[in-house]
Amino acid sequence: MNFDFSDDQKFLGNEARKFLDGECTTQHVREVLNDDDKSHHEGVWTKVKEMGWLGTAIPEEHGGLGLGALELCVLAEEMGRALAPVPFASTVYFFAEGLIIAGSEAQKGAVLPGVASGDVIGCYAASEGPGNPDPAKLSVTFDGSKLSGTKIPVTDGDVATHAIVLAKEGNGASLVLVDLNGPGVTRTPVKTLEPTRSHAEIKFDGAPGERLGEAGAGGEMHDAIMNRAAVLLAFEQLGGATRCLEMATDYAKERYAFGRPIGGNQAIKHKLADMYVKNEVARSNCYYGAWALSTDAAELPEAAAAARLAASEAYWYASKENIQTHGGMGFTWEVDCHLFYRRAKLLAVQAGAPKVWKEKLVRALEMKNAA
Amino acid sequence: MDFNDTTEEADFRSEARSFLEKHLEPKGAKPLRQRVSGEEFMKQAKSWQATKAKAGYAKITWPKEMGGRGGTPMQQVIWGQEEGKFDAPTGPFTIGLGMCIPTVIAFGSDEHKKRYVQKALLGEEIWCQLFSEPSAGSDVAGLKTRAVKDGDEWVINGQKVWTSGAHYSDYGILLVRTDPKAAKHKGLTMFIVDMKQQGVEARPIHQASGGREFNEVYFTDVRIPDSDRLGEVGQGWKVAIVTLMNERLAVGGSPGPDWSEIMSYAKDAGTISDSAFRDNLADWYVAAQGYKLTKLRTQTALSKGQTPGPENSIGKIITANQLQDICNSAIEMQDHYGLMTGDDMPADGLFQQSFMWAPGLRIAGGTDEILKNIIAERVLGLPQDVRVDKDIPFDEMKSG
Repeated sequence: MNFDFSDDQKFLGNEARKFLDGECTTQHVREVLNDDDKSHHEGVWTKVKEMGWLGTAIPEEHGGLGLGALELCVLAEEMGRALAPVPFASTVYFFAEGLIIAGSEAQKGAVLPGVASGDVIGCYAASEGPGNPDPAKLSVTFDGSKLSGTKIPVTDGDVATHAIVLAKEGNGASLVLVDLNGPGVTRTPVKTLEPTRSHAEIKFDGAPGERLGEAGAGGEMHDAIMNRAAVLLAFEQLGGATRCLEMATDYAKERYAFGRPIGGNQAIKHKLADMYVKNEVARSNCYYGAWALSTDAAELPEAAAAARLAASEAYWYASKENIQTHGGMGFTWEVDCHLFYRRAKLLAVQAGAPKVWKEKLVRALEMKNAA
Repeated sequence: MDFNDTTEEADFRSEARSFLEKHLEPKGAKPLRQRVSGEEFMKQAKSWQATKAKAGYAKITWPKEMGGRGGTPMQQVIWGQEEGKFDAPTGPFTIGLGMCIPTVIAFGSDEHKKRYVQKALLGEEIWCQLFSEPSAGSDVAGLKTRAVKDGDEWVINGQKVWTSGAHYSDYGILLVRTDPKAAKHKGLTMFIVDMKQQGVEARPIHQASGGREFNEVYFTDVRIPDSDRLGEVGQGWKVAIVTLMNERLAVGGSPGPDWSEIMSYAKDAGTISDSAFRDNLADWYVAAQGYKLTKLRTQTALSKGQTPGPENSIGKIITANQLQDICNSAIEMQDHYGLMTGDDMPADGLFQQSFMWAPGLRIAGGTDEILKNIIAERVLGLPQDVRVDKDIPFDEMKSG
């Protein structure tokens, strides 16, 4: 039985935490929050590039480090913990992982080295309005060479150089690789609940694109990309939820009311114990997701769904009850609680909201039972 | 990351499995306890315990000179997993070997160890634990059963409650108040008590579930020699902590129907397409997996020879609440019909049966609230609750 990360992987995580504790504080996060013109933190992004993290799971022949999914999970937890205000998730979990799954060798060779070096910022464009995008009912179309239609919102869509777009092609759906700096692309930043991660509306008007994989295979590949991204996002959520519990616990020990620390009251103690239980449920499900991801296990659909659901619930609960534990101070702009509350919501809806994943999970369990 | 045994673990597992195959039947539809009389069950349980002990499987982590195997905690886990696949009658010995005998080993004299440990291991003598009282549950240190010194003996009067197996136990470890003038935790002392002697009376409790699995035990002028004291006079709380630390290791297992049972029932009943049900099902699966996988994290630590972290403390909070929730949903899914009980009901009537058992599970071995306090205080380091009875002589404390 070895249901844990290796010593090397833990070392990577510790080093990442040390680095981010110094180079990516909530002050850095606030520089993006407080400036409408900033899509991300250039300084932090440059350092992340220098650390080589963008190429963690990219094969060596494409300029990456050729490490595995487990290393990426460890880094994701730290990025989530630090609320890193950079397009890391979009570029790595969605764009690079998407290319690795769906791209031809030529496409990988053309784009992945740029991701590893930091020249390419990627994003993933699926949403087209309210509701989870249904590959059978898309409005953005691809005619084999050109894209038309509007995607909204696209996380990091304003700052990305490239996108993978889920589009209708004929009677099916396809995934399309697009250079966002090419012709026929209009990008407009949109305001969201989470300004430390930028979002855009992207209009395609005959923008040239290249299909990834077969025509009509987009729905299936989209699901595969979502399953993989779900595990990595879950680790970011876990990192954030863990930090919320630490913040709430620290505050409950030092904040006095009625002559003693508020953390001596059962209403607070039990709230924080509930947070702990949810965080441990999330951590264990995340580890299982990491295992399934790294071994490409047949269990990945249910493992990814369970990791995402457990981590979404944990972060939601921890981020809202962290504000509650901080009382009035927790509702001020200056105290960091709301940064986590904002990020928790982004991560919970970015790749399909919990309701969507509950249905995916139950379907996976039904498939398993039927088999 | 993998879920495989190490070579040594795999060797031990196959050794354990072949031993079990030789002596036991695989788990069937109905466990032994429901197939035979109480008397016959006890006979077979004692015989299995003796077989196990003679082969060195009764207490794997204990040293050989104690009758154990000198094995690792991971081997104990593997043994538990493998034995759990068979219809093994282990129930009557869980508390004695899991809680009482470790306390005797930690605090008893050499004579005690010589007299009691082997016989308990071999299943010849059964033990129970006598701590809780009608007015001392979560706050067990508030117990009132009195022990008064009379020469070389102590005279015991009082009442214990929720004692599993008291009616068939030979011995018990008994926590009593020896000094009512001292503060609550400071006036307690632990003893070994002969359960078959005059003045000890076990009466079954009629539980809310209708069953009678637990007892209340009355002590009337029961005499215990001072030589059967465990630890110093007034140090009983310290001894009890050791017993209770072992409780967490002794309690476990799956308590009743889980997400897969209700899923399979919903499929049969044609209600599986209900969207609210599907949402609940997902939640149950995630929480159950969370606990199951958390145990694997604990086992990983054991397998590496490390001390597990506190993460396992989430277990009963999850399982007991989930059991209650799942049973409630299964009954409501059956509408008015769900009210009926009996083993010809869906899932052999287990939903209804566990519906009535679940409230007890949320209380036994630490209520939800006490377990949350433990997480808050011991894991998160939050302050203890206000204790207005601290440092007050016990006999001046308010009680009710």
